Amino acid sequence: MSENVAVVGASMTQFGKREAWIRELLAEAGKACLDDTGVEPHDVEHLYVSNMASGEFEGMTGVPNALAHDLDCLPAYTQRVDQTSSSGGAGMYAAWQSVASGASEMTLLVGGEKMTHRSTGEATDVIASLTHPVEYKHGVTLPSFAGLTARRYLDRYDAPRESLGKVAVKNHKNGVDNPHAQFRKEVGLDTVLESPIVADPLRLYDFCPITDGSAALMFCPESVAREYTDEYALMSGVGGATDTHVVHERAEPTVMGGVVESGTEAYAMSGYGPEDVDVAELHDMFTILEFLQMEGLEFAEQGEAWKAIEEGTTERDGELPINTSGGLKSKGHPLGASGVAQGYEIYKQLLGEAGPRQVDADVGLACNVGGFGNCVITTIMEAGA
Amino acid sequence: MSHENVADAEPRMEAARYADGSITYPPHPLGSDGSEPVDVVDLSEHTATVVTWTTSTAPPPGVREPNHLAIVEFDVDGQPVRALGQLTTNEVEIGDDVAPVYTEELRDPDAGIREPASQDWDGYRFEPTD
Repeated sequence: MSENVAVVGASMTQFGKREAWIRELLAEAGKACLDDTGVEPHDVEHLYVSNMASGEFEGMTGVPNALAHDLDCLPAYTQRVDQTSSSGGAGMYAAWQSVASGASEMTLLVGGEKMTHRSTGEATDVIASLTHPVEYKHGVTLPSFAGLTARRYLDRYDAPRESLGKVAVKNHKNGVDNPHAQFRKEVGLDTVLESPIVADPLRLYDFCPITDGSAALMFCPESVAREYTDEYALMSGVGGATDTHVVHERAEPTVMGGVVESGTEAYAMSGYGPEDVDVAELHDMFTILEFLQMEGLEFAEQGEAWKAIEEGTTERDGELPINTSGGLKSKGHPLGASGVAQGYEIYKQLLGEAGPRQVDADVGLACNVGGFGNCVITTIMEAGA
Repeated sequence: MSHENVADAEPRMEAARYADGSITYPPHPLGSDGSEPVDVVDLSEHTATVVTWTTSTAPPPGVREPNHLAIVEFDVDGQPVRALGQLTTNEVEIGDDVAPVYTEELRDPDAGIREPASQDWDGYRFEPTD
C-alpha cells in the first residue's frame, strides 16, 4: 500500500431545521472545509458526496456535479456515495480508497441531507423504503426494529429499562457543549422515561430527531498534508460489512454482525484493539444501538454494555467517552452527513480542538450504521505525528 | 369478489427450503449454502412463538396506528424459521404461541413511497392462540 492517508481539514454546518436546501447545505460545509485547510478548489482531484435520498426528499439528483460547480472544483472526478444511514462512513471509506490507491492527492468528502420539510411519517417512510418487501408491507420502520430489539435485549440480558434512558441523558448532556448540535439542552431521566411511546418499550427520547445538515472532511497523503499543516489526523483503519437484508433472519436480534465484521477489519488494519481506543462516536440513532455497537466492537461483553452506562464508563470523564459530540441523539441525524460528522468529532478530539467537550485522546473510533445494521462502516483515526 | 373467491385466492405463506435443509422466509434466490431452493414450505399451516414484539405509535402514511409488530419463530420439522409481521393485538408476551391469519391488505399501497405495483400488499398477521 502507498503512504498513510491523512485528514487535514474538517467542517460541519449547524445541524437542525434549516432553511437551506441540499445543494446549499453541501456547499456550506464544502466551502468551510476548503477554508479550514487552505486547499484551492482546483486542487481537489476527487469530490465524494455522501447522501442517501436527495431525490426522494427533495427531487434533487446529481448533487455531486452540482456541488463541484458550486465549489469551483471543476474538473474534479465526482461520485455520490449512498449507503443509507451509513453513507457518511462509506464516504470516508471511498475517500480513503481514492488517496490510498494513489488515484487522488486531494479528496474532499461532503455528506449531507435535507429532511425537515417532510412530515415525520413521510421521512420515516423514505427511510423504511430500504426494507425487504415482506417487511415494508407490514409498515415496519427503523424505529420499530429498535423497539423489537430493545425488548429482546432487556428481556434476555435482564437489563434495566433505565439504562437505555441514561444513554439519552448522557448524550444530551454532551450535546450542550457542541455549538453545531440540534439540541443543546440537558434532559433528566424522568423526562426520557415519561416521554410518549414511539415503539414500545422505547419512547420519544430514545430516538434521534429528523435533521438538516452537512459535514465535510479533506483527505490527502501524509506527505501532502505536511505541506499544509502540522496538525492532522491519520486514517489508521477502516472496515465495512453488510448483514442480511431481511432483519429477522439474523441468528440473534441483539447482535449486529456488520458491526462485528467492520470493527474486526478496522482493528486489524490499524493495529489497534478496543483497549487502545480513547474516544468513540457510535451511531445512537436509537439508544439501544449504543449498547449493540459497544458489544459488537468489544468495548463490552455481549449483554453487558448497559453496565457501562450505569458505572459512568462512557461519560465524558469516564474511561471510554462515547458520543462526546452529543451523538445523533442530541446533535441530530441528517442521514448522509452523520458518518462524516462522526469523523469531524474524532478529528477535532485528536487535534485537541474540541473545546469544552475535549477529552484526552490519541486514538478515536467511529461506527456508522446503515439500515438496522444492514451495512456498517467502522473507522479508526489517530493523531498525526 | 365473493368470500369464496377470496378464500380461493388466499396465497400460501411461502418459505423456501434449500438442499442443506435450511428454510428461509421469505424465499431467496440462493440460500446460505449458495444453492437454489429445492422446495416450498407453507408457513400458514404452522404456529409460531413470539421472539419479541413492539407497538409502533408513529407509523408511516397508510399504516394502521398503532401498529403491533412481532418477530416470531416457526418450528418446521425441527428447523427454526423466523418471520416478521403485524400482530392482531398487543396482548402478547415473549414466548406466546401465535397463528398466521390472512389479511387482504396490510397497509394502503397508495399512501407510502413505494410504487404500489412493485410488490404484493396482502399477507399474514399473527394472532395469539392461547
